[in-house]
Amino acid sequence: MDAETQSHTAALHSTLRYKLISFLSPEHVQAASAPDVVAGVQPRLVVIPGSESELAEALRLVGDAGLTVIPRGGGTKLGWGNPPSRADAVFSTARLNEVTEYAWADLTVSVGAGCTIQTLQETLAQHGQRLALDPLWPAKATVGGVLSANDSGSLRLRFGALRDLVIGVTLALPDGTLASSGGKVVKNVAGYDLPKLATGAFGTLGIITRAVFRLHPLPRNTRSYSIGTKRAEEAQRIIHAIQNSKLAHTALQARFENEAAPIVDILFEGTEVGLDAQEAYLKELAELASLTVASPDIWNARQDLWSLAKPESAAVAKISVLPAEMDKSATAIAKSAKVRQLRFKTVLQATGIGFLRLEGDPSNLRFSLQDLRELFESNAGSLVVLHRPGGMAPIDTWGSAGDALPLMKAIKKQLDPGNTLNPGRFVGGI
Amino acid sequence: MDARILEELRAIVDGRGLVSSPEELHTYECDGLVNFRVLPRAVLLPTSVEQVQSIVRICHRQRIPFVARGSGTGLSGGATPVENGIVISLVRMNRILEVDFPNARAVVEPGVLNLDVTARIQHNEFFYAPDPSSQTVCTIGGNVAENAGGAHCLKYGFTTTHVLGLEVVLPDGSLVHLGGKTLDAPGYDLAGVFVGSEGTLGIATKITLRIVKRPECVRTLLAAFDSTNEAGAAVSGIIAAGMLPSAIEMMDHLAIQAAEAAVHANYPDCGGLLLVELDGPLAEVESLMTDVNGICRSNGAWEIRIAQSEAERALIWKGRKSAFAAMGRISSNYIVQDGVIPRTALPQVMGEIQRLSQEAGLRVANVFHAGDGNLHPLVLYDRLVPGQQEAAETLSARILELCIEAGGSITGEHGVGVDKKKMMSKMFAEPDLLTMQRVRCAFDPLQLSNPTKIFPTPRLCGETPGEYTPHPLESSGLAERF
Repeated sequence: MDAETQSHTAALHSTLRYKLISFLSPEHVQAASAPDVVAGVQPRLVVIPGSESELAEALRLVGDAGLTVIPRGGGTKLGWGNPPSRADAVFSTARLNEVTEYAWADLTVSVGAGCTIQTLQETLAQHGQRLALDPLWPAKATVGGVLSANDSGSLRLRFGALRDLVIGVTLALPDGTLASSGGKVVKNVAGYDLPKLATGAFGTLGIITRAVFRLHPLPRNTRSYSIGTKRAEEAQRIIHAIQNSKLAHTALQARFENEAAPIVDILFEGTEVGLDAQEAYLKELAELASLTVASPDIWNARQDLWSLAKPESAAVAKISVLPAEMDKSATAIAKSAKVRQLRFKTVLQATGIGFLRLEGDPSNLRFSLQDLRELFESNAGSLVVLHRPGGMAPIDTWGSAGDALPLMKAIKKQLDPGNTLNPGRFVGGI
Repeated sequence: MDARILEELRAIVDGRGLVSSPEELHTYECDGLVNFRVLPRAVLLPTSVEQVQSIVRICHRQRIPFVARGSGTGLSGGATPVENGIVISLVRMNRILEVDFPNARAVVEPGVLNLDVTARIQHNEFFYAPDPSSQTVCTIGGNVAENAGGAHCLKYGFTTTHVLGLEVVLPDGSLVHLGGKTLDAPGYDLAGVFVGSEGTLGIATKITLRIVKRPECVRTLLAAFDSTNEAGAAVSGIIAAGMLPSAIEMMDHLAIQAAEAAVHANYPDCGGLLLVELDGPLAEVESLMTDVNGICRSNGAWEIRIAQSEAERALIWKGRKSAFAAMGRISSNYIVQDGVIPRTALPQVMGEIQRLSQEAGLRVANVFHAGDGNLHPLVLYDRLVPGQQEAAETLSARILELCIEAGGSITGEHGVGVDKKKMMSKMFAEPDLLTMQRVRCAFDPLQLSNPTKIFPTPRLCGETPGEYTPHPLESSGLAERF
């Protein structure tokens, strides 16, 4: 940025700040500091609106000024995605954090985008209910962030992904529009399903200000088991046998790492008598000789990929492959890691969604991620880079969006014509 | 549309693929919503995606609106033709292209019948979960357009839950792939947006479905109550106990009478009939069935039957699934309504429906997907009695307003179509509808794909809300804006 542009931008920021504090108190329009950095880009302002309409109005002002907005919830996944091409104002949803309507007898809840998953779950637990979702870092992650980043966990196998749990959203668009879609009832086909459009849109179309979810009862009891296997093919065979059986499991994953033998984990929920029967059935599945009762901690395996030591030399990626090709995928990862002299850990869920941590020389990491992306994409899958170490050269986060990219760009243009929201962070430069 | 274009269209499909004689066109003038009829200019029956693309390209070039159609069983007029437009019927694209058991996927063309998917995979203990009552005749393409539900979506979800990928011909004739065989493809979830868009965003030509393993056992319970209120209390009890049955259906006395007259389902003669189905592992289901039984008894059920055989179970369901058609046995005409309410509002809304029914002097039979609050009130009337049809339509619209007032929806599974366009403004605010239309503009800037559906006031694409651009007629002084 040359000096002239810089001073012009500074003037814009100061005018904007002046306009914002006309309806937001100064403490809610702060100067941004180092911790507010977004994927290496330093924003200037942090705006913390206190209501949906304040947020929409503030967003309109920023958009009108030709500046850009980075929406932020708990900030846990703010580093995901490509670096923004420009970041002027961070919009925090921290004050939109209320559970606005909890219709427990109808198994639905309306909640502000800034409410953390943990706070929401604690509220729901009072009536023996839950949002049947196990996202990353629930103590900090917010409803809006989890939706925007589409972060479903292992419960997805049984209860569906976020797209299946969200039944309504309110979006603030850069022209100041506040638009609701979906509704408060689970079954509803009136109008377009914009909750699904907002889910996983990475905050590039609008800022989610509120969401409505369908809920599920808390399980009466749960039991977890681990099954030791010798090779990836055996893990695949066991997963296939379980998926093809009459077992009603809630989660099913396989864990792989360099030389270690693969482990398959399975979770059951239900009545005591039901669980006894399922356990007996599981034992009957001939090959499961090494079945052990496991701690519920095994379901943190995905999150642990981030918290292990050496973040400076590790990359984390989300992969999606065909469920019947988990073994092939795990073998390909192991092979690539070996060739590139990397350590790896992978958690593959039976849905075909997996998470991969690679550790080692940054340029080798990059080669490995590129090789694996090419391989998965050629088999109808994908690889999305969620975290790269500082020393690694930039790599596109997303990979190919296929032949629908022009359509996606057209949607972006309709809802955010000024490219105000998260510019450059999403697929294909969106 | 001049004869030259008709010839051009005829050249794309073979001789059997074009219907243009007025007598034959009458078959296509409406779908299941029979009181809206529009004669299309022509009907095309393509057999391949290339043919669909060629047809749509001509429509795009000539600005001819088109309406995609499956079996025409829709109840909201989603497939009602458009004035001077053509209908593209997908019934000849009816192949199941691939069944992939290891990945639990099936790839089908849009004209495949819903039940035929299950028929093809059941030998391997799989089924296709969405089960609209018309499943023996409706197509997957139509299900995708309407996001069809069914009795078992309480547990298994709707069509949108089971559609993983789509090949779509966009309104300009180009081909795109949304979603796919794997989950979470990078980019916007456009498959999620397309399903349920009622044919307004393009034409699905290939659909990748999720197929589901059959549960170990299925148990169906029938409970007779004196009233729907008592039955409704039992439903709340079941949900509050933390159970998720695969289906909970309710019928009132009039609906029971009609079903009995039509298919002799051997239902008990009662004021509120509850049908609860549980599925899953045997031990779990049996234990929960005992609980359901107890909850029904404590809410006043005086007769409880559990189907003892597959034949008994099938008969119970036959009565329920034929309930709409059965109305013909007790009334010459009827309107099928499709509202949704929060489950807890059931007693209040039922009471109000009863009051309105008495006030209007019209009978209303009630069939519900009670588990998810989806009501199907059937307003009975006689077209030959002057004023009754209008009274029935007014009553039917009033029932939908009740649903909105209760925090619900104007449609749970039948769609908006032409039938409920006006109600959309009561359920959504103007900015909500404008935002949806902006999404539509990204898919179909010329508004050729099933225009005149869903939205009460169509908006031209290119108009940015809040920004005023004079119409060419205004600029040239031929028109004024007031």
